[in-house]
Amino acid sequence: MTRSTTRLDYTSWGRVVRVPHQVISPGYRDELPACLHMGAGKAPLLAVGMRRSYGDSVINTGNTLVDMTGLDRLIAFDATTGRLRCEAGATLDDILRVMVPRGWFLPTTPGTRFVTLGGAVANDVHGKNHHRAGSIGCAVNSLTLLRSDAPPQRLHPGEPLFHATLGGLGLTGIISDVDITLIPIKSAFLDVERIPYGNIEEFFSIARESMEGFEHTVSWIDCANGGQALGRGIFQRANWCQDGPLTPHQSRGGLAIPFDLPTHMLNGTTIRLFNTLYNHLQQRGAHRQRTHYAPFFYPLDSLRNWNRMYGPAGLYQYQCVIPQPHAQEAIEALVRVIAASGAGSFLAVLKTFGARSAGGYLSFPLEGATLALDFANRGAETLHLMSRLDRIVAEAGGRLYAAKDGRMPAAMFQSGYTDWNRLKNLKDPATSSDFWRRVSY
Amino acid sequence: MGQKIIILGALSAIAEATARRYASNGAQLVLVARNADRLEQLAQDMKARGAARCDTRTLDLAQETDTTAAFGDMMVALGGQVDAVFVFYGLLGDQRHEEHDIVAAARTLRVNFSSAAEWCLAIANQLEQQKKGVLVAVSSVAGDRGRQSNYIYGAAKAGLTVLVEGIAHRLAPKGAHAVVAKLGFVDTPMTAHIRKKGLLWAKPADVAEKLVAIAQKPDMPVVYVPGFWRLIMAIVCNVPARIFHKTKL
Ligand SMILES: Cc1cc2nc3c(=O)[nH]c(=O)nc-3n(C[C@H](O)[C@H](O)[C@H](O)COP(=O)(O)OP(=O)(O)OC[C@H]3O[C@@H](n4cnc5c(N)ncnc54)[C@H](O)[C@@H]3O)c2cc1C
Ligand SMILES: NC(=O)c1ccc[n+]([C@@H]2O[C@H](COP(=O)([O-])OP(=O)(O)OC[C@H]3O[C@@H](n4cnc5c(N)ncnc54)[C@H](OP(=O)(O)O)[C@@H]3O)[C@@H](O)[C@H]2O)c1
Repeated sequence: MTRSTTRLDYTSWGRVVRVPHQVISPGYRDELPACLHMGAGKAPLLAVGMRRSYGDSVINTGNTLVDMTGLDRLIAFDATTGRLRCEAGATLDDILRVMVPRGWFLPTTPGTRFVTLGGAVANDVHGKNHHRAGSIGCAVNSLTLLRSDAPPQRLHPGEPLFHATLGGLGLTGIISDVDITLIPIKSAFLDVERIPYGNIEEFFSIARESMEGFEHTVSWIDCANGGQALGRGIFQRANWCQDGPLTPHQSRGGLAIPFDLPTHMLNGTTIRLFNTLYNHLQQRGAHRQRTHYAPFFYPLDSLRNWNRMYGPAGLYQYQCVIPQPHAQEAIEALVRVIAASGAGSFLAVLKTFGARSAGGYLSFPLEGATLALDFANRGAETLHLMSRLDRIVAEAGGRLYAAKDGRMPAAMFQSGYTDWNRLKNLKDPATSSDFWRRVSY
Repeated sequence: MGQKIIILGALSAIAEATARRYASNGAQLVLVARNADRLEQLAQDMKARGAARCDTRTLDLAQETDTTAAFGDMMVALGGQVDAVFVFYGLLGDQRHEEHDIVAAARTLRVNFSSAAEWCLAIANQLEQQKKGVLVAVSSVAGDRGRQSNYIYGAAKAGLTVLVEGIAHRLAPKGAHAVVAKLGFVDTPMTAHIRKKGLLWAKPADVAEKLVAIAQKPDMPVVYVPGFWRLIMAIVCNVPARIFHKTKL
């Protein structure tokens, strides 16, 4: 359908901004040129996927969104090489359900499977195996890009427009399909080891010693407790099992949060309680465990719409990366500020990134460490806290993840992403987003 | 080798979701619709999902004059035996417009009823002869009671319902089956113009899952999908006309 309808329900995962959009929902690739044509010269458009980005990189106030989720067909799969070509709206959820039973998995995956391949490429997403696999762009062989000012083109690594599009936030045009190499697995299960750590220094030493022997590493960090407990957490490291079975995840099931919970359910006290309980359970539980990929990679996917737990005002996520030399001291400083604010999150994730890069001009990962946490939206107070965190990140030479951001100032963006002008030069004039309008002037 | 499946109107959103379920179980598929490029895109998808084979036929299903021969050609692709045949294609039409443009009304009747009937009769002959297999025809709750908002489409679907119910009766002693599935509201391109609200709207993938289950176990000739529509339609059909006529349904 290349007709557009006015929709009020197209928000991002954080649900802070609620504005009307004109939405076009193409069902076939042959409809895309007409979609682009609607954006050219008129209201700018933006392709969106499952809108699992938290902030305003999927918002285009008053303008057009092209909902890509109807373009979810596989195009070709080569079972000898693992090369999969499919339409950009195919979800990781669908790809895994089809491919896991045949012994294939994604080269890397974000913490939710409810994202599209196109969205994953447009954010050059990373996973728990970044130190081995790099970001998803490292496994992309080619992609097809449609622009308002050029015929459809097939792009490959090495070409400037490829690197502008990878992590390019939908601003170089519409990705219609992606060719990616999957990795072989012998089992749908992982051997997961959980190690408690007492402080951030300990985190870094476990992370270092785990690089060699473990494909997947991640940690949960307690940002709510001050004093002695500051920076304690649980380190998880895992490798794929070698002995089957290749059971895919269940396509449905899982609880849904049917309505917005009142915000007071998530105040500082509940967060503190949650952190304490979580640590306790984790430390008492088994040290090593055979775990299916779904609870390991996608712990929150069993609770659909968990974002509604943050109430009608929505949430912000703050994710930064700090380059290697300053990582430890900057993370310590960040955690101290967060703990002192009493706004700590029950979803603080700390992990290290490796050096491998796919070379997207706006790709987020840098060799170093990344910290990610959710903040309920409490207006000015929350924004103020995040700008204090910005200062620490900027001073350490770090940057923020656009997929999670709904507020960073232009200066913060431009100092973090020094290649941003290269994207600007290759941007499709027919596209835009609230994020871009904010950070690019 | 997996099951052998023919889908008429394969480009329908619900049909595609149904075909995917069969494809990932290694089925052999024949997909029929009128847009060759888009059919080819579906065929690629089905093969990548694991279909043992996927053939396509490009046809305007409402214009075919010899359904026996055309269906026979599809059977050849499957080696002469079929496990399930789905009739999915349909056209909602524009009720208000068709009241004054009777040529358009005739088209809605032809697409949803008379052409579908001709296909179902050809399919019935094949199933009767092979003494197994199932026909699943997709109808609508709109056929349960004539309503001012969609009675032309509704009449065509009502006709299809009775026809397929009759085929089910005819095939029962022969070991073959027919089922007419009356769908409620489904969120597809057909209903894209309607503002979706409430829990009555089903998703194509969920409807597809039901239809595949029905084809596996065709023990009732007339089914509502989702099942709660049986209750809703029982109520709708029992509202007295003097009250019903005051509504805008
Ligand atoms: C619970 C949770 C956990 C997460 N964990 C991680 C993680 O571990 N690592 C990580 O990297 N990210 C993570 N994310 C973020 C998420 O992976 C990214 O935001 C991802 O890009 C979302 O994909 P999407 O399909 O929802 O795309 P959207 O959010 O809809 O869009 C993302 C961007 O891609 C663009 N886009 C989408 N489709 C196209 C297309 N076809 N052509 C051109 N541009 C397009 C959009 O314009 C937008 O800029 C997480 C998110 C959630 C909610
Ligand atoms: N959606 C609902 O709420 C709902 C409710 C009750 C019943 N149904 C029934 O469900 C079935 C599937 O519909 P849907 O909801 O999936 O809608 P859809 O996606 O619009 O599918 C309808 C399909 O029928 C095809 N078609 C129409 N006329 C044709 C012809 N002459 N030759 C070949 N193909 C033709 C269309 O093909 P083109 O793309 O070539 O036009 C289209 O792919 C229909 O029978 C419909 O009546 C739907």
